[in-house]
Amino acid sequence: MLILRCPYCGIDADETELTPGGEAHITRAGPGSSDAEFEAYLFLRENPKGVHFERWRHSYGCGKWFHAARCTATNEVFGTYSAQVTAPPKELCQKISGKRPGWLSRWLS
Amino acid sequence: MAETTSALPGARFDGAVLIEEAGLRGMITLKGDLAATRLHSAATGVAGVDFPGQGEANCVGEHGLCWMAPDELLILVPYARAAEDSAAIATALAGTHHLVTNVSDARVIFTAAGPAAREVLAKLTPADLHPDSFRPGQFRRTRLAQAPAAYWMRDAETFEIIAFRSMAAYVFDLLVGAANPAAPVGRY
Ligand SMILES: [Zn+2]
Repeated sequence: MLILRCPYCGIDADETELTPGGEAHITRAGPGSSDAEFEAYLFLRENPKGVHFERWRHSYGCGKWFHAARCTATNEVFGTYSAQVTAPPKELCQKISGKRPGWLSRWLS
Repeated sequence: MAETTSALPGARFDGAVLIEEAGLRGMITLKGDLAATRLHSAATGVAGVDFPGQGEANCVGEHGLCWMAPDELLILVPYARAAEDSAAIATALAGTHHLVTNVSDARVIFTAAGPAAREVLAKLTPADLHPDSFRPGQFRRTRLAQAPAAYWMRDAETFEIIAFRSMAAYVFDLLVGAANPAAPVGRY
């Protein structure tokens, strides 16, 4: 069972109180993009074993979207953070590096 | 004018705890900047209680202020006051970015009272109801089985539970089942 702390409520919300929103920090392919770019934006997702960044909504609570970083293999939660960012906070990335040296994510490259 | 009734007037079950439908209650949803002084005074002026912090509820009798979200407050007032108080808030906040709605008739409110109240609720909600984690003064939006709900503790043995009126019968049946005297848990 996954428990995520909603950064807006401070509540430790159970997975069943949340709605998953899939991979985080995806940039929309805008006007002028190629078909391949738009297809990638719509359909292509990471499926990592390890560190992953996701969107979640506190749907049975405050109703707000937020971000979470967790390990898909162990379900260890590294942290949750505001939805109003386009990349994870630096401190969180450093914390993850301490726990999972050498971890990679496609938006870091 | 037709007389208004609550969702399940008089619904009551005396089991492991006493479950009762609490009748009509005035409920006003107020969205806006919870840090704004004008919003604070409009809300406390109507409710007559202190402004709640994050995750808190300040309730006295039929009045109360409940923290719903970083930009949302639930104001409890006697049912007969709800329309007038909503209008008073709208007037007080005129010109500021806000939303105020009288949602009294969209909701139902139950009480669960007795020493086993934590246990009964804990059968239905994923939230931690250990006395160290949830106490009178705190407010929790969550679910009861499949129904969205919110609750707070009036005192150490009494929960007040808000749910959607359209789900009143479902939530009452849930509470009755969880309060079956033949099914104690003895966790807390
Ligand atoms: Zn929340």
